[in-house]
Amino acid sequence: MSQRKRLALPGLDGPAILKEARSLLARRAPQPSRRAFLGRGLTLGGLAMLSGCSLSDDESVEKALAAVSRFNDRVQGWMFDPGKLAPTYPESMITRPFPFNAYYAIDEVRHVEEESFRLEVAGLVADKRPWRLETLRAMAQVEQITRHICVEGWSAIGRWGGVPFSAFLKRVGADLTARYVGFKCSDDYYTSIDMPTALHPQTILALTYDGKPLPSEYGFPMKLRMPTKLGYKNPKHIRAIFVTNTYPGGYWEDQGYNWFGGS
Amino acid sequence: MSASLARPDASSVSRPGGVVHPGWLRTAHWLNALAVAIMACSGWGIYNAAPFFDFVFPRGITLGGWLGGALQWHFAGMWLLGINGLLYLALNLATGRFWRKFFPLSLRGAAADMGAALRGKLSHADLRRYNQVQRLAYLFVMADIAVLVLSGLVLWKSVQFGVLRELLGGYEAARRVHFYAMALLMAFVAVHVAMAALVPRSLFAMIRGK
Repeated sequence: MSQRKRLALPGLDGPAILKEARSLLARRAPQPSRRAFLGRGLTLGGLAMLSGCSLSDDESVEKALAAVSRFNDRVQGWMFDPGKLAPTYPESMITRPFPFNAYYAIDEVRHVEEESFRLEVAGLVADKRPWRLETLRAMAQVEQITRHICVEGWSAIGRWGGVPFSAFLKRVGADLTARYVGFKCSDDYYTSIDMPTALHPQTILALTYDGKPLPSEYGFPMKLRMPTKLGYKNPKHIRAIFVTNTYPGGYWEDQGYNWFGGS
Repeated sequence: MSASLARPDASSVSRPGGVVHPGWLRTAHWLNALAVAIMACSGWGIYNAAPFFDFVFPRGITLGGWLGGALQWHFAGMWLLGINGLLYLALNLATGRFWRKFFPLSLRGAAADMGAALRGKLSHADLRRYNQVQRLAYLFVMADIAVLVLSGLVLWKSVQFGVLRELLGGYEAARRVHFYAMALLMAFVAVHVAMAALVPRSLFAMIRGK
C-alpha cells in the first residue's frame, strides 16, 4: 500500500496529488514525452540508445519482464530465511508523524465500524467462524518497532502491536503447508503472501499503532505488519483472510509490482 | 611510449598488430554497457519515485514508464549485470589477464600519465597496453560496480543481507551509497566515452578485436 507519497498526515499536498495523478495516468496511457523521446534525438548518445525506452511499450518485452519477475519470486522464496529477523529500533527513532500510505488520498480513508465488524476466515482452514475484534484482543499480544520500507525507496520507523500471525493461523487450524495466504480489505485493496513469511516470527496481525488502537489511516480494524516485506504487501483494513494453493495476486502485483516483494 | 612506470610485458610486444581484446572480453564489455544502461535508466526512474535530493531525472531518460515498470527492468537487468560481471572477473583471473593488464600500478605513475594525457602527450601507439590512468580507471570502475551490486543487494533484501546492511550503515545509508556509486559510474562513463571518441581506434578495437 505504499505507492503513495511519503507525506505526513496533515492537510493535502498539491504537488503530491498531481504527482500521483500523473503516475496513475502514466500506467494507463503511453506518455507523449516517451514517444517523442527517440524522435527528439539522443542527448546521452549511444548509451541512451541502448536503454530502449521505446521497448517498454512492446508487449513481448512486457511479457518477458513479467516472466523474470515471477522467476525473481521463486529466487526470493528460496533465499528467504525464516530465522532472519528485521532490525528493531528504540522508541526514540520512531518516525513522527508516521506517513500515510494508500492507493488513494487521506480524505478517502475508510472508517470501519467496530460494532458490526467480523473478520472472515476462509479457504484451507478448519475453523471458519468469523472473528470479533475483542476475540483477537484477548489473544497474547506482541509489539515491534520496525522499519517500514516502501517500494518507492523511502522508509519510516513505526510501532505496531497485535497477535503473532502464526498463532492466529494455528488457532484457526490453517493448512500450514498451503502456498498462499490472501487478504481482502474494506478499502477494496487485496494482496497475498507466501506461507513462510506468514509464519515468520515478526509477522503480526496488528491491532494497535504506537500503543493505541490502530487509527483508520493506519488500517483500522487490523493490518498485517511484516517488516520483512515492502509496504504494499502489508494490507490495511483487513476484512477477510483466506488460505489457498491458488495464486491470488494483489492490487499492485497485478499491475506489475513484484509479488514476493520482500526483503 | 607513455610516462607509464610499467614495463611492457612479453605477450604485448611479441605480436604487433595482433588481437587487442579477446572475443570473450569484447562480449563482456558490450553486455556490461547494455546492463549499465538498463540499470542506470531504470534506477533513475526508481529514484524519481522518492527523490532524496532536490531534483528528479528527466522522464525521457528513465526506463520503464512508471515505477512498476522501472522496477521490473531493474530487477531483470541485475541478472545481466551480475552474471556478466562475475564471468568477466572469473575469466580475467583465470587467464591471468587481470594481473597482466592492470598491474603493476602506482599512483605516481598514474599522476605522471595523467599529466601527459592532459598535455596531449600520452601515446596510444599500443592499445594492448593500458597506461597507468587506464589501469586505475578500470580497476576503479570494477570496484564501483561491486559497490553498486552489494548496496543493491541490501536495498533489495535488507533482512537477508543483514551483515552487509550494517556494514553500509543501515538501509537508508545503503540508498545513498547506491546513488553515489551510480553517480561515480556515470562520471566514469562520461570520461570513458569521451576518450573512446578521442581515440577512435580504441573503439574499433573493442568492436573488432584489433
